[in-house]
Amino acid sequence: MSVAALPKISMSSPRHLGVKSLTNGLLLFLALCFLLPMVWLLLASFDTEATLAVNWPAQWSLANFAKVMTPEQTLIPLWNSFLLSAGCALVTVTCAVLAAYPLSRYPLRIKKPFLYGVLFGTGLPITAMMVPVYSLFVTLNLMDSLTGTMFFMAATSLPMAIWMTKNFMDEVPISLEEAAWVDGASSMQTLRAIVVPLMRPGIAVVFIFVFIQGWGNFFVPFVLLLSPDKQPAAVSIFSFFGQYGAVAYGQLAAFSLVYSVPVIVLYVIVQKVLGGSFAMAGAVKG
Amino acid sequence: MGGTGVLPVGTVTSPSAGEPRFPSRKKRPRPARLVPLLPATVLLAVFLLGPVVWSFYGSFTNSALTGAAANHTSFVGLDNYSSLFTSSAFPMSLLLTLIFVFASAVIGQNLIGLALAVLMRKSNKVVRAAVGASVVAAWVLPEIVAAFGAYAFFSNTGTLNVILHAVGLPTINWLYDTPMLAVTLANVWRGTAFSMMVYSAALMNIPPEITEAATVDGAGGWKRMWNITLPMIRRSISTNLMLITLQTLSVFTLIWVMTAGGPGSKSSTLPVLAYQEAFQFSNLGYGTAIATILLVVGAIFSIIYLRVLKPEVD
Repeated sequence: MSVAALPKISMSSPRHLGVKSLTNGLLLFLALCFLLPMVWLLLASFDTEATLAVNWPAQWSLANFAKVMTPEQTLIPLWNSFLLSAGCALVTVTCAVLAAYPLSRYPLRIKKPFLYGVLFGTGLPITAMMVPVYSLFVTLNLMDSLTGTMFFMAATSLPMAIWMTKNFMDEVPISLEEAAWVDGASSMQTLRAIVVPLMRPGIAVVFIFVFIQGWGNFFVPFVLLLSPDKQPAAVSIFSFFGQYGAVAYGQLAAFSLVYSVPVIVLYVIVQKVLGGSFAMAGAVKG
Repeated sequence: MGGTGVLPVGTVTSPSAGEPRFPSRKKRPRPARLVPLLPATVLLAVFLLGPVVWSFYGSFTNSALTGAAANHTSFVGLDNYSSLFTSSAFPMSLLLTLIFVFASAVIGQNLIGLALAVLMRKSNKVVRAAVGASVVAAWVLPEIVAAFGAYAFFSNTGTLNVILHAVGLPTINWLYDTPMLAVTLANVWRGTAFSMMVYSAALMNIPPEITEAATVDGAGGWKRMWNITLPMIRRSISTNLMLITLQTLSVFTLIWVMTAGGPGSKSSTLPVLAYQEAFQFSNLGYGTAIATILLVVGAIFSIIYLRVLKPEVD
C-alpha cells in the first residue's frame, strides 16, 4: 500500500472525534447503570423516609445511623466480623508463609503434587460444600463455635494464600539467606529475620485479601453459627432485613454502609501497596 | 469481593529464587524440610478434604436433621441420586444453574467485561477512572450488601421500575415475574469487574507496535479485534471463562436475598436447592447428593482448566 493511500488516522479527524465521544458516552452510560444500585444505598441511609427506589432525601439526617448503632444491633456483630476475619487472616497468613517457604526454596519431590492440589482446591465451589461441612461440624461438635468457623474460613482461603505468598517469596533472592546459613543460622531463623521482613508488602496484601473475603463472607457463618451474639455483621444484617427490612429501608442501608466501609478502605490500601490500578487481578494474569 | 474465590492463574515465573547451592545443606535430614508444610496440610485435610470425602459418603446415607433417620443413619446406596433424577426439582434446578452460568458469566460478565476493557483504552482518563471505580465498587462491596442493593433495584417499587415508568416504558415485577432474568442481571452487575480487570491487564500486554502495524496495513477496528487482539489474549479469555464459571456456579447469597429461589422454585439454582433440601426440609442426604454433584462439576472444570492452561508449577 502506498503512503498516499494511507487512511487518515490522525487524532484530529472528525470521524475519530465522533467515535471518541461515542465511546465516552457509552462508557458513562454503563458506569451510571453500575452505579445506580449503590447510589440507592448511599441516599437511603441518610433518608428517614427511604423507599426501595433511588430518591433524593427531602431532609438529610443521621437518624438511621443513630438508630442502628447500638451494641446488639451493630457493634457486637461488627466485632464478631472483625474477630472472624482477623483471626482467619492471621491463621491463613501464618500457615501460608510457613508452607510457602519450603515450596519456594527447596527442590521437593512433593512440590508439584502439592501445588497442583492447592490450585485444585482454589476451584472448589465452597457454597456447594456447606451441607457436608455442616454435617462435619455437627460430628466434630464445632457447631456455633467462632473458632471452628474461623478455622474453616482459614482453610478455604489457604489455597489462594499459599499460591500468592509463594509468588511473593520467589521474588526474594536466596543469596541473602545463603550468607546467614554459612554463619550457622537455621532456615526458620532466616525466614523470620530475612525473608519475612523483605516481603512485608506481599504479606500485607495476602492478609488484607483474606481479611476482605472473611469480612464479606455471608454463607459460611450463616450455616455454621447459630446464636445471634456470635453472628458477624453479614448475618445480622440479613436477620435485621428479615425482621424489620420491609419497613426500615433507611436503617438497613445505614447498617450496610457502616459494614461496607472497612473493606472499601482496605481495598484502596491494597491498590496503593501494589501500585497498579487493577492490582488484584495481577494474580490472575494469563 | 465477597466470597468470590479468585483463582491464581498463569505461569509462576521466576524459578529464580531457586534451590540452595550449598553442598553442606544437603547433609541435613530431608524430612525436616517438610515440617513447615504441616500446619497448612492439616488445615486443608481437615476442613477441605474432610468435607469432600464426607460429601461422597453422606450422599449414600439417609442422614437427616430430625425424625427417625436423625438417630439412625443408614446406608441407602444410590437412593439419594435416583430420587434426585426422578424428582422434578433437580433436573429443573440443574437447567436453571446452566442458564444462570451461561447467561450471566459466559455471556454477560465475559462480553461486557471485554467490551469495557476495550472501550476504556480509547476513552479519556476521567471517564476511564469513573467507569473503573463504579464497576469495581459493585465487586468490592460485601456480597450481602450487593445483594440488598440488587434487591432494592429490581423490586417492584424499586429504582429500575421508577426509571422505566418515567421514560414511559411498561414496568415489570422483576423479582416475581422474571426472577431468573433479575438474578442474572444482578450477577452481571456484581461480577463484571473481574473480567474487566483480567482483560484490561491482558490488553495492556499487547505490544502497541503490533496493532499499529495492522492499522497501517489498513485493518479496520473489527478486523484488528478479531485477527489480532482476540488471538493474542486467548489465554486470558480461557482463564477468565473458567474462573467466572466456577464462581457463578457457587453463587448463593445474591439469589437467596433477591428471590430465595422463588417464586416457587423458579430461581432455585443448585446451591439454593441444596440449602433448601438440607436445612429447610431437613433432608441432609438429598442435600449432600446435590452438593456432591456440584463438587464433581466444579472438579471437572478445575481439571479442564489445569489441563488446558497448564499453569507452570515450578
